Formats: sequence, C-alpha cells, structure tokens
Amino acid sequence: MDFSQTLKIALRALRTNKMRSFLTMLGIIIGIAAVIAMMAVGTGASYVISQQIASIGSNIILVIPGSTTSGGLRTGSGGAQTLSNDDVKAIMNECPSVSTASGTVRSSGQIVYGNMNWSTVIMGGTPELFEIREWPVTSGRSITQQDVDSAGKVCLLGQTVADNLFGSADPIGNIVRIKKIPFTVIGILESKGQSPQGTDQDDTVFVPLRTAQRNLVRSQRAGIVGAIIVKAKSKEVIDKAESEIQSLLNQRHRITNGKEPDFSTRNLSEILAVAEKSAKAMSLLLGAVASISLIVGGIGIMNIMLVSVTERTREIGIRMAIGAKKNDILLQFMTEAVLLTMLGGVIGIALGAGGATIVSRLLGWPTMISVQSVIIAFFFSAAVGIFFGFYPARKAAGLNPIDALRYE
Amino acid sequence: MSDVISLTDIRRVFTMGDQQFEALKGISFGVAAGEFVAIMGASGSGKSTCMNIVGCLDRPTSGQYLLDGLDVGAMDPNQLADIRNKKLGFVFQGFNLLARTPAVENVELPLVYAGLHAKERRQKALIAMEQVGLAGKENNHPSQLSGGQQQRVAIARALVNNPAVILADEPTGNLDSTTSEEIMVLFTALNKNGITIIMVTHEHDVAAYAGRQITFKDGKIISDSPTGRTV
Ligand SMILES: Nc1ncnc2c1ncn2[C@@H]1O[C@H](COP(=O)(O)OP(=O)(O)OP(=O)(O)O)[C@@H](O)[C@H]1O
Ligand SMILES: [Mg+2]
Repeated sequence: MDFSQTLKIALRALRTNKMRSFLTMLGIIIGIAAVIAMMAVGTGASYVISQQIASIGSNIILVIPGSTTSGGLRTGSGGAQTLSNDDVKAIMNECPSVSTASGTVRSSGQIVYGNMNWSTVIMGGTPELFEIREWPVTSGRSITQQDVDSAGKVCLLGQTVADNLFGSADPIGNIVRIKKIPFTVIGILESKGQSPQGTDQDDTVFVPLRTAQRNLVRSQRAGIVGAIIVKAKSKEVIDKAESEIQSLLNQRHRITNGKEPDFSTRNLSEILAVAEKSAKAMSLLLGAVASISLIVGGIGIMNIMLVSVTERTREIGIRMAIGAKKNDILLQFMTEAVLLTMLGGVIGIALGAGGATIVSRLLGWPTMISVQSVIIAFFFSAAVGIFFGFYPARKAAGLNPIDALRYE
Repeated sequence: MSDVISLTDIRRVFTMGDQQFEALKGISFGVAAGEFVAIMGASGSGKSTCMNIVGCLDRPTSGQYLLDGLDVGAMDPNQLADIRNKKLGFVFQGFNLLARTPAVENVELPLVYAGLHAKERRQKALIAMEQVGLAGKENNHPSQLSGGQQQRVAIARALVNNPAVILADEPTGNLDSTTSEEIMVLFTALNKNGITIIMVTHEHDVAAYAGRQITFKDGKIISDSPTGRTV
C-alpha cells in the first residue's frame, strides 16, 4: 500500500472531526509554542550575556581599591585611593602572566558643544585601555602615549555621546567643554551596546589618564588611579595572573599576614561566564517545564486516538476483511497521530516564534529563535506522535477481523 | 480435486467465560469452480459462522479447510489477509461501505491493499462499477445512494480484484423484493462469467437463483442438493 494513500486516509479522518482534531492538537500547539518561546527567551539572554563578555574584552582582571580605615572611618569598597600609576607599571613589568594593564579614573560630568549639553561618564585611561577592552575607533584616532604623557586636552567620544552632541555632524576636530575645560575631539569609538550591568557603554567620554588625574578628578595625591584594568596573557593563566597581582600588590602595599588588603581583584569574564551558565541552565529549565505540557498534549493525543480506534472498529474490520494487513492498519493510525502532532508542532513553532517576537517587542527582552530549537521542536512533536500514537495504533492493528466487523 | 473450496469436518467452538458452545459440529462440503451455492437454515444454525471461516475471517477450532488446494489453517494472519484480498470477495448484509468516502474509492479499496497504483486502481474500479450498473455514481458517498445501489457498490468492491469466490452473507437481507431480484440477476450474470458464488439467504426465491442448496440445522448440514436450475 503506497504511503500517499495512507496519508490521504489519515487526512480524511482528521477532516471528518475537525473540531476534535483541533482541540487534540491544541495540547501539542501550546506545548511546542511554550518550548519555542522559552528557548527563545533563554537563548536570547545567554546570547546577550556572551555578547557582553565579548564587549568587555577577554581575559580581564579588574583591580579596585579596597576599603580602608582612615581616622576611624571605613570607606566603602573602591572608595580608597590606594592604587597608583606605579602599581600599574609594576603589574605590567613584574607579573609574567599579565599581557598589559591600564590605570583608569572615572568621573561624571557635563560635556558641552555649542548649545548642546550632555551628562555622561568621563573616563581617563592609557592607550592600553582600548587594547584591553578591544575597543577600536570608527573614525579619527585613538589616545596615544604622547597624549597621556603631555596630559593633552583631547577626547574620544562614545557613540551615544557623539549622537547626542553632534547629531549627524562630524565631531572630529571640534572643541567640546568637559567640566568647563575645552577638549578637542580626536575620535569616535565603535558602538559597544549595553554592559552586563545594563548601562550604556557608549555613553562615555575618554580622555588621557594624566589629563583626567590633573583636571577632572580631585585626588589627594598625584598619580592615583581609580582602578586598574589588566589583561592576562591567555584564558588559562587568568587565575595565575590574578594571584601574581595580589602578591605583588601585597608586597608593594606592605600588607603582611593578617592585615586586610587595601585592594581587591575581580575576574570579570569568570563572573560573566557564571552568569551565562546560569542563563543557559534557566533556559533549559524553562524548556523542561514547557515540555511537560507537551507530554500532557501527547496523552491527549493518545486518549483521542483510543476513542477514534473504538469508534472506527467497524471501519478497521471492513479494511481487514478486504485485505488490509496488521501493518497497514498500524501505519494508518500512526500516520494519523503523527500528522496531528506534526501539524500541531508546526503551528506551535509559528505561535511560539510569534509570541517570542511580541514579547521582545513589548517588554524589550532579547529573544532569539535558534534554527536548532525549531528543528528539535519539530522532531520532538513527531516523536510525541509516534510515542503516544503507537499504543492506540497497535490496539487497532491487533483487532480480530471478525470481532471488528461485528462491532456495534 | 478441482474444488475451489473444500471443508472437512469443520468445528467451531465458542467459549464465553466457562461456557462453551459448539456452533459448527463437523461440517464437510466442497464447492467446485463456477458453482453458485445457496446456504439456508434457521437463525442460529451456524451459517454465518461457516461463512466467516470460509472467508478466512475466522479460524475453525478443528477440521481442515483447503482453498484452491492450499491449507488455510497453516497460514499466518498476513497470508490470510492476502487470501482475502486476492482470492475472496465479500458482500455483507449491511453493505459495510466506508462512510464519507466516494463510491469509486470504496470499490478501489481492495486494490489499495493489493498495492496497485492510483491510475490502474481507478481504471479497474470504473470497469467494476460499470459491470454492476453504477456508471455515473462514482462520486456519490454511500449516504447519497439507495440500499440497492450501496449493495451494488459492495459487489463491485468484491469483484474488482478478480476473486475466485464471492461470499455473500444475506446480501438481500436489507433490500426489498424488486431490488433483491436485481441483485440476484447481477449475481447470476457474474456466475455465468465463471465466478464461484456462495450465498447465505433466508428467502427461498432468492435461493432459487443458485444451482445448489445446502441447508444447515444446529451446526450441521441436513441437506445438500441441486436446486434443479441448470447453471
Ligand atoms: N462470537 C461468538 N461468540 C459466541 N457465540 C457465537 C459467536 N458467534 C456466533 N455464536 C453462536 O453461534 C451460533 C451460530 O451463529 P451464526 O451467526 O452462525 O448463525 P446464523 O446461522 O448466521 O444465524 P442468522 O440466520 O440469524 O444470521 C449462534 O447460536 C450464536 O449465538
Ligand atoms: Mg447469519
């Protein structure tokens, strides 16, 4: 018996009970749609996180000042002024696992161009900063060592700042005022998007480190940096680099055993890798919960197929009397079940994808529908049909022709 | 032995719980190719039970059944399905057509299971429908046909795969006398073309169309004689 005929018979049977077929399919539709939507949300989240990891730069260790007790007053973590230009130099020169490092200072303030103004973050850094963060300029040039040495009044604009101050005009070569001090715009940085903390990384202005230290932040001592950003030589030596930095700084800051260090180190990519892992686990969990509804849908299919076999016992008898073999009957009912679930699967995929898109539009969640999840969902729906359709189909095929024919 | 069908001491015992009932108590008869046999007898005498065994729908509890010289008792379900498909054609009292399926597709059904291609199926089905006088009704569903027409569809379906034997269990049981006569005229014509027919009936005027009459009583054959009609 050719398969096109089997398919035709199955389609006719489904069409005969349109409403029932639809309601039966609904379980699968909802299940598959839920799986697809959940996977889309989960995949979207972990994609964003991995993007952010890439946007920070790879193999990065952050050194920030620790809390210190000065005059009985404990400042919060990062509040102390314990890290200096010399520490940066020492880290670069004396830690073998460190590729490069940059001291940074951070401030916030207003930047003005003509009658436009914008409040933003002002970062001071050395040329290494852009290397570490893998952050090139899209036009103009980056900050050079000479800019740092001469404390030049030049700045790089993040994309958001450039857009807000200059619109579509070319900012390069123009003079802007940062905290009332005139700076020449020398370059525009490539857009990076959101940081893992959800802030806009492009809403930043960069100036040479020394310029920032002298003009933009008020420090008690000269040569103080707010933080040190370090790049390890490779992923494998991040931990090693971190401990090299710790022991170097302990030594330099005369932190002896038992004394609390006045700095701390953070391995950024590690933190993010954990976040990415948990996002993935989350999406798997959501997928698993959603697939429970698929199983419920599958049980619905089995239920209806059993009813259908009972209802059509006489038809089965007629077919057998006329020459249908067990396998013909088995295949016919399996085809019907699989057709139901695959149709449900396709509708579910469309609905799930549509739902995910709407969610991402309305709530601004990043969603991503992977081809993989669509393929898996499709074959899973077919598998549900095979699994839950088998028992009813076998029941039909196992009928005795004479009993089936006599059935009222 | 040129018998198409040969039954020897066929018994059929039905078991219901702890009760046993012997519906056939040692039936033996042969049917030669080209015969038209009518089986008669009171209700409950075992006619249908016997027909179901002859039709390979049921197996005897004991006894031997040879169809075309082959021992049916030794066959597995798939082989039996093949026999039903290729050697036998069934006509039932209740027509047993598939609802919501056009007449022509009902007729095609045995050919579907025989594995023929769509074009060939349609061609043969149309010929069979013409043979039973249903040309033009190909696309009617069973519910859009009269009882007599439905039985003709069933006969066309029984015919379509060129079976050796047509088995009809009370084919006119649901039809009025005029329509019954039409069906019997059709059977007679088919029989003239060489098809062996075995038919169960309660009506003597229907049985009169056959060339031989077997009478059942309480699971046994009490008479087996020619009707006097020359085939
Ligand atoms: N599946 C079964 N289980 C138990 N007993 C059965 C079964 N089928 C038939 N019988 C019994 O076997 C006997 C013969 O039944 P059968 O159907 O062959 O009669 P019949 O001669 O065809 O009667 P009718 O003319 O009314 O159709 C009956 O007494 C019936 O109760
Ligand atoms: Mg009967």
